[in-house]
Amino acid sequence: MTTVKRSVGQASTKAPPIVMVLAAIALAFLIIPLVGLFVETPWGQLPELLTTPTAIEALRLSLITSMLAAAVATVLGVPLAWVLARKQFTGQRIMRGIVLLPLVLPPVVGGVTLLTAFGRRGLVGQYLYDWFGIQLPFSTAGVVMAEAFVAMPFLVITVEGALRSIDTRFEQAARTLGASPRTVLFRVTLPMISASLIAGIVLAWARALGEFGATITFAGNFPGVTQTLPLAVYSALEVSREEAIALSLVLLAVSLTVLVSLRGRFLGSRS
Amino acid sequence: MRLLVVSLIAASLPFAGCANDDASTITVSAASSLTDAFTEIGAAFEEQNPGTSIRFNFAGSSRLAEQINSGAPVDVFASASTAAMQRAVDADSVESPRAFATNSLAIAVPLQNPADISDLTDLADPAVTLVVCDSPVPCGAAAWELFAKNNLAIKPASLEPDVRAVLTKVVVDEADAGIVYRTDLNAVVGEVKGIQIRDEVNVINEYPITVTTDAKPDARSFVEFVTGNDGQRILQSWGFGRP
Repeated sequence: MTTVKRSVGQASTKAPPIVMVLAAIALAFLIIPLVGLFVETPWGQLPELLTTPTAIEALRLSLITSMLAAAVATVLGVPLAWVLARKQFTGQRIMRGIVLLPLVLPPVVGGVTLLTAFGRRGLVGQYLYDWFGIQLPFSTAGVVMAEAFVAMPFLVITVEGALRSIDTRFEQAARTLGASPRTVLFRVTLPMISASLIAGIVLAWARALGEFGATITFAGNFPGVTQTLPLAVYSALEVSREEAIALSLVLLAVSLTVLVSLRGRFLGSRS
Repeated sequence: MRLLVVSLIAASLPFAGCANDDASTITVSAASSLTDAFTEIGAAFEEQNPGTSIRFNFAGSSRLAEQINSGAPVDVFASASTAAMQRAVDADSVESPRAFATNSLAIAVPLQNPADISDLTDLADPAVTLVVCDSPVPCGAAAWELFAKNNLAIKPASLEPDVRAVLTKVVVDEADAGIVYRTDLNAVVGEVKGIQIRDEVNVINEYPITVTTDAKPDARSFVEFVTGNDGQRILQSWGFGRP
């Protein structure tokens, strides 16, 4: 493995004052909303707000669906990343664009596209409904689909990047020593990218946990079935600001923990 | 370089909240169910009051009340229920409201009517995929009142954030039925089939309107317009009842 050491010199620590000023403004812009949330948090009521049946059910549903979505994204996303990184074929650039589309698409639009495909009158969904009686919207499976749809690109770009950066001579050596492609994949390639793979899985999971637009559009909103934490926050805003803030705090804490622990890996530096 | 940045910041300042500082623009927060009627009323008002323009913010009434209580720059609040309006009144965000319209509920089903629904009691069938508004939203509160009044044990598939979201789920034929306002059926003629609910078993809700405590002077004339002859005529053409 090649490690690139960043050179630390005077050039990288001395910046014109305007850079520092703008950086401070940028930081304040990102931090002030968080401070606002903390200031408004009813800390004393927090235990009771987070143990209402709605909150517990939403938390449970969010954990289950986001982990399933991360699992789906991994099982399907790793092979896709491998194809994108290792194969040469026409239309590859278009394909990569399509794979990354959910990153920039408004999630509500993602939900609409899922409806047109997997709704009970959808392109594929009509057969699921007519032949097997399966209706994905309004079901927990629909939530997992919506979450996997928006989360998978995070895994694919992370893993594809890792696959491109590793030294392929290890894989070639394994092949010349008689290992099957399957053995090479599981015993050489995947172990070599394990750090990025884990980072991709956790990022996809965090994105699935925060998913809102595609879920409410495609799967609807019902406590215990499709109402995940972000949907519960949205519903709670109608009645109790305190509860909405308390639930938001949980999401924030989880996301921040994940991102802080992963930041180094996501940027590709391994210190 | 510094000069460039400073001038960029200075140049961008007038854009911050520009629509809001403009004295001739009135911001109206109105219930989702008023979308079509108020859009028409807004156009008529602007025609009669050249130089004044109306900006609408349509959403579920309880969300609008929450926004106004949080200090959203709004001049007029038109709610689909007295309960949502009361929350704004209690927070001293608005002046005392008056009723300007009434509405009642109806059942919307997809054009093919896949679950073969003909009246209210059909909705209690657990096989029917029913969507309603979430209970804090007026159309949701009214729907649950309707079920209670008729002793129906209902388990919806989804609790939507506003009445237009309910309609959408029916229009795309994902839900077998949705509880909407009678007036909403006029907005989607040809896209869904409406099933009326008889007055004796129906729920009637009253729509209140008022100006916010820090409203612009012109806001009052918009409220007058809505409660006046022209506003009432338009509201009734969209199916609303007189208060």
